Amino acid sequence: MTNLTDLTVAQIRDGFRAGDFTAREVAEGFNANVAAAKALNAFIVETPDHALAAADAADKARGEGALLPLSGVPIGMKDLFCTAGVQTTAASHMLEGFTPTYESTVSGKLWAAGAGMLGKLNLDQFAMGSSNETSFFGSVISPWKRNDGGNAALAPGGSSGGSASAISARLCPAATGTDTGGSIRQPAAFVGISGIKPTYGRCSRWGVVAFASSLDQAGPMARTIRDNAILLESMAGFDPKDSTSLDLPVPNWETALSSDLRGKKVGIPKEYRVDGMPAEIEALWEKGIALLKDAGAEVVEVSLPHTRYALPTYYIIAPAEASSNLARYDGVRYGLRDLPDGANLQDMYAATRAAGFGPEVKRRIMIGTYVLSAGFYDAYYTQAQKVRTLIARDFGRAFESCDLLLTPTAPSAAFALGEKQADPLAMYLNDVFTVPASLAGLPAMSVPGGLDSQGLPLGLQIIGKALDEQGVLNAGLAIEERAGFSARPDQWW
Amino acid sequence: MAIDLQTVKKIASLARISVTDGEAEALVPELNNIIGWVEQLGEVDVTGVEPMTAVIPNTLRLRDDVVTDGNVRDKVLANAPQAEHGFFAVPKVIE
Repeated sequence: MTNLTDLTVAQIRDGFRAGDFTAREVAEGFNANVAAAKALNAFIVETPDHALAAADAADKARGEGALLPLSGVPIGMKDLFCTAGVQTTAASHMLEGFTPTYESTVSGKLWAAGAGMLGKLNLDQFAMGSSNETSFFGSVISPWKRNDGGNAALAPGGSSGGSASAISARLCPAATGTDTGGSIRQPAAFVGISGIKPTYGRCSRWGVVAFASSLDQAGPMARTIRDNAILLESMAGFDPKDSTSLDLPVPNWETALSSDLRGKKVGIPKEYRVDGMPAEIEALWEKGIALLKDAGAEVVEVSLPHTRYALPTYYIIAPAEASSNLARYDGVRYGLRDLPDGANLQDMYAATRAAGFGPEVKRRIMIGTYVLSAGFYDAYYTQAQKVRTLIARDFGRAFESCDLLLTPTAPSAAFALGEKQADPLAMYLNDVFTVPASLAGLPAMSVPGGLDSQGLPLGLQIIGKALDEQGVLNAGLAIEERAGFSARPDQWW
Repeated sequence: MAIDLQTVKKIASLARISVTDGEAEALVPELNNIIGWVEQLGEVDVTGVEPMTAVIPNTLRLRDDVVTDGNVRDKVLANAPQAEHGFFAVPKVIE
């Protein structure tokens, strides 16, 4: 008998519709996998009853011929999305115990489409991190191991590390992620799955715990391109409650999937050949170029001259927005309150925020506060916003001579937990290839390209023009079909 | 400009995060490293360049000036660390 937890979203959806199995069987299978995988620490809260209730509703709907797009499909929800009645923490002590009385737009759309929730997935605290080590609830462990005989626990990437780890380990067929500077793409690359950050404004930010509002964008993560297209169709769409939501129809991305890239031009940005790029990443990139050529695409070199300034720009803008967004955690309206004896209101604020935020969150709030403070605002923040304009302009010029861009997703395979923790800057550099598309609001995805010599997955990134998720997904499909990536981690958990 | 201990304490105070002397001292080199690194942006010629305001052109929408929600006081207060008589409660602020 087929192992239901090995199926993709499309296979679950279609098999369930065909009557090959019930939705309840699927939900029970994934609930069991979730319960047996505590060692990965991928979930902060497990919600087996939510998954079962959605499954029972799906089984009933099938009997009545009233199926929804995601009927029968259980998913994982990153714990950055507010879920009514289910604790939402952003992996922070600050929000430990916070139980929203409302549902985020994106999660609400997924439930309305028939999906069930297996649980709330662990992440870097307030989505700030690239390794999942900043979670208050402990690091997520990647299901992958190096093939060197060692037993080093590897980072699943971040910030959507719980999502990545859970999908790779078959604890859920798909999950939501959010991406501010690479938080969907880098973890997807680290664990050998796919994930897409759509164009800024495609998915509503309403009810998503805010990190850097001009960059934050939700997107799906799953094992196949088709599954990403299916999920994104249910997540995207105009929302009057988000002032930056795009008032555009949601395309039928799944129906229009095509790996025929004849007539498409793929640009290779020469500035992404950074100094000290490992030979294996270089080789992966060459392989990606060959695969896209094989699919009919023409490959051209392009220039994005301000690429090297993207990371420092990001590390001014994102902390600045974070320092403003996180001002809401004051110990008054929700979340933690630390009220020392005899403390006044100001003391309470400072004590609450000292106790509720982890070191990386404090570091970013303080950087943001500094770059926004009187006397420094123009030199740092305004300058960064100007350079951001130049970075976006670079992409606009490059897209005059090509339709898509191909780059590696990350400068290395997954690193071991603890390896980069001592130096915040070294951790920031992991986002070197993903941050530019975030700053320009462009759709971008990571798709598995192969394994490195240590047996670890490597990802290729495709960046598209604004609103051209279809082009990104199609190129992803062309790579997926040709790379034939079928590796999966051996179960040790 | 290098960030010294006094600056760290000032930033922490502006950010309403209490720090011990030890924490503040540890933050001095960390913040200097990061700020020193982002300062490379100063070398970019931005003459005539407008700061980014929206990555995807979008206009702020207007809606009718009518009440669209409300009457959810208990929901609003449901997660408050301390709610009294239908209000958020805080330490005394007027001496």
